[in-house]
Amino acid sequence: MQRHLISAADLTRDDAVLILDTAEEMARVADRPIKKLPTLRGRTVVNLFFEDSTRTRISFEAAEKRLSADVINFTAKGSSVSKGESLKDTAQTLEAMGVDAVVIRHSASGAPYRLANSGWIDAAVINAGDGTHQHPTQALLDAFTMRRRLVGRDAGLGQDLSGKRITLVGDVLHSRVARSNVDLLHTLGAEVTLVAPPTLVPVGVETWPCEVSYDLDAVLPKSDAVMMLRVQRERMNAAFFPTEREYSRRYGLDGDRMARMPEHAIVMHPGPMVRGMEITAEVADSDRCTVVEQVANGVSIRMAVLYLLLGGNEPAVTHARTIEEK
Amino acid sequence: MSKILIRGAKVLGGEAQDVLIDGATIAEVGSDLSADGAEVVEAAGKVLLPGLVDLHTHLREPGREDSETVLTGTRAAASGGYTSVFAMANTFPVADTAGVVEQVYRLGQEHGYCDVQPIGAVTVGLEGKKLAELGAMHESAAGVTVFSDDGKCVDDAVIMRRALEYVKAFGGVVAQHAQEPRLTEGAQMNEGVVSAELGLGGWPAVAEESIIARDVLLAEHVGSRVHICHLSTAGSVEIVRWAKSRGIDVTAEVTPHHLLLTDELVRTYNPVYKVNPPLRTERDVLALREALADGTIDIVATDHAPHPHEDKDCEWAAAAMGMVGLETALSVVQETMVDTGLLTWAGVAERMSVKPAEIGQAKGHGRPVSAGEPANLTLVDTAYRGSVDPAGFASRSRNTPYEGRELPGRVTHTWLRGRATLIDGKLT
Repeated sequence: MQRHLISAADLTRDDAVLILDTAEEMARVADRPIKKLPTLRGRTVVNLFFEDSTRTRISFEAAEKRLSADVINFTAKGSSVSKGESLKDTAQTLEAMGVDAVVIRHSASGAPYRLANSGWIDAAVINAGDGTHQHPTQALLDAFTMRRRLVGRDAGLGQDLSGKRITLVGDVLHSRVARSNVDLLHTLGAEVTLVAPPTLVPVGVETWPCEVSYDLDAVLPKSDAVMMLRVQRERMNAAFFPTEREYSRRYGLDGDRMARMPEHAIVMHPGPMVRGMEITAEVADSDRCTVVEQVANGVSIRMAVLYLLLGGNEPAVTHARTIEEK
Repeated sequence: MSKILIRGAKVLGGEAQDVLIDGATIAEVGSDLSADGAEVVEAAGKVLLPGLVDLHTHLREPGREDSETVLTGTRAAASGGYTSVFAMANTFPVADTAGVVEQVYRLGQEHGYCDVQPIGAVTVGLEGKKLAELGAMHESAAGVTVFSDDGKCVDDAVIMRRALEYVKAFGGVVAQHAQEPRLTEGAQMNEGVVSAELGLGGWPAVAEESIIARDVLLAEHVGSRVHICHLSTAGSVEIVRWAKSRGIDVTAEVTPHHLLLTDELVRTYNPVYKVNPPLRTERDVLALREALADGTIDIVATDHAPHPHEDKDCEWAAAAMGMVGLETALSVVQETMVDTGLLTWAGVAERMSVKPAEIGQAKGHGRPVSAGEPANLTLVDTAYRGSVDPAGFASRSRNTPYEGRELPGRVTHTWLRGRATLIDGKLT
């Protein structure tokens, strides 16, 4: 494992499988009455959020607390950042307080990379979503969810997603989730297809390790998982598509379309969903939709990442079992 | 004024000759000239060029003296072998009146490191809406002949047409920063494979090419000449080549960084590589080199764009666009054009001195190295190789993309009308 987690593309297959396996161990902690491990006791993690994100921040915070880390939450709003302080000064100020890891969410693509590589700070950097670049823990929790559902909770241990056909639908252009997922799913051996109106696919996509289609109905029957990406209504103001209704008709997932998917296939969404836009309530609330599971898995994955980056040589798994044995 | 004998220099890279400067003028060029009463500069093995002329420099004064001043910028110019620079109009206040251009001109004269020829804004406040008083700037003491809204594109086709027409009355030229604004909203880097991966807003080649295509057609229609700033794509080269073949009066410049660097460097997210127009692909770089060699692109211009450290020591999106270039331009041209066999030193002189002086009508610059001509000269140690150390820059800013990179060539002497501004690599 590397010292930082900046991009899903930085992970090897073995790294990724290790994280998924570790997350399974972490998930067991959540099933216990006392959902806590002492692994990161005495370590300090700061959640440095320059962009509003309640769910990701809470997920990281839950993961950090379950590992007994000391947690500092920093949000840009109302902080010195809004008074013009630079990323560098903010990061150095926090590090001076003795943090071991920085979980950063930033609207600028590359901000976590800069933080990790500019010599500004020494702490480990975990990317919690940067601009339209990457969101690696999201991709990991998605892969974790797919492996559980498509391979099996126990059967999946040590396994990747070889041969699984994964379809991502929606605003690929503006999506860090799509970029991270394409990278990671490819590394894990899955076959990825992106479906979107051509306006929402980036120029340069031809080098990505995936297929691109404009026809959702043709792809659905050949999908083991279909991940719907959020589409912001405002995009239609920039002529990415004519109207919300037309988008919904051509690229939205409703009950009829879901019926075209193989029976075992699942529907995923990184949230927040725009119901009525990319996904209908019928689909969102169906048993095949894993949205809530993804949220729960997010905590396990973030625990695994924090543990592997910060836990050093102490095996978390042994810890977990020791506690269980008591 | 005293005499200076430059002994044994390869004039324009040719045969070794002696060049005698008397006062502000070249007195004699020949073999075994007498050193009598002259200070001798041993130049064996070095290349002597006419003083370089930069048609595209940002000196930042007035307004952003924290990045550069006319003094520090012209010292940087002298250090890079330049004897004349054209100062872009995007200062604060904008150089859109006779008052501002005269101030910049006067500062250049006072400091004496390098002639400063101000460029006037095409439109008031660079806003693209209303023509600035181009005639007044031309009539002023600064004698402006080049007009540009550089940093912004004159995107309104009617305003561009009028500007092209209007400056004909006094032989001016409009230098266009070709960037279709709507296609480049939120643009952070070249749009392509790398931007797709990095999730940075794309600056598509077509945003440059469409404006160039429009402007060469406008120039043809109204019978004006037009100059294209910092051409950066293979497609732009094709359009200019086509325009020239059609007899359209168009000239074009390329920056040193577009001759050497590609958008692959953006993968570091280091804003030192953030520039406008953005670094393009290897294919573009090779097309630009070829075009500069075959004359489709007329000149090299630095687009020297100083920025204070804090404007680059941040995340990519927050960083300013631009790179300093005056002190590394000749080295980059040697690396990309001379050492690759694409250009001779005479060809370099043509593209970095003669032609830019001609386009900008810089009197006394870009002249032949021969008796009777003004002694604006640059001596280059072409055998030198060394890594770029920004700490040694004369510029107030350090935002170079070449830090630590080994480049060939080093300017050792620069003379402005017979007065040395740079001796053995040290400013006077």
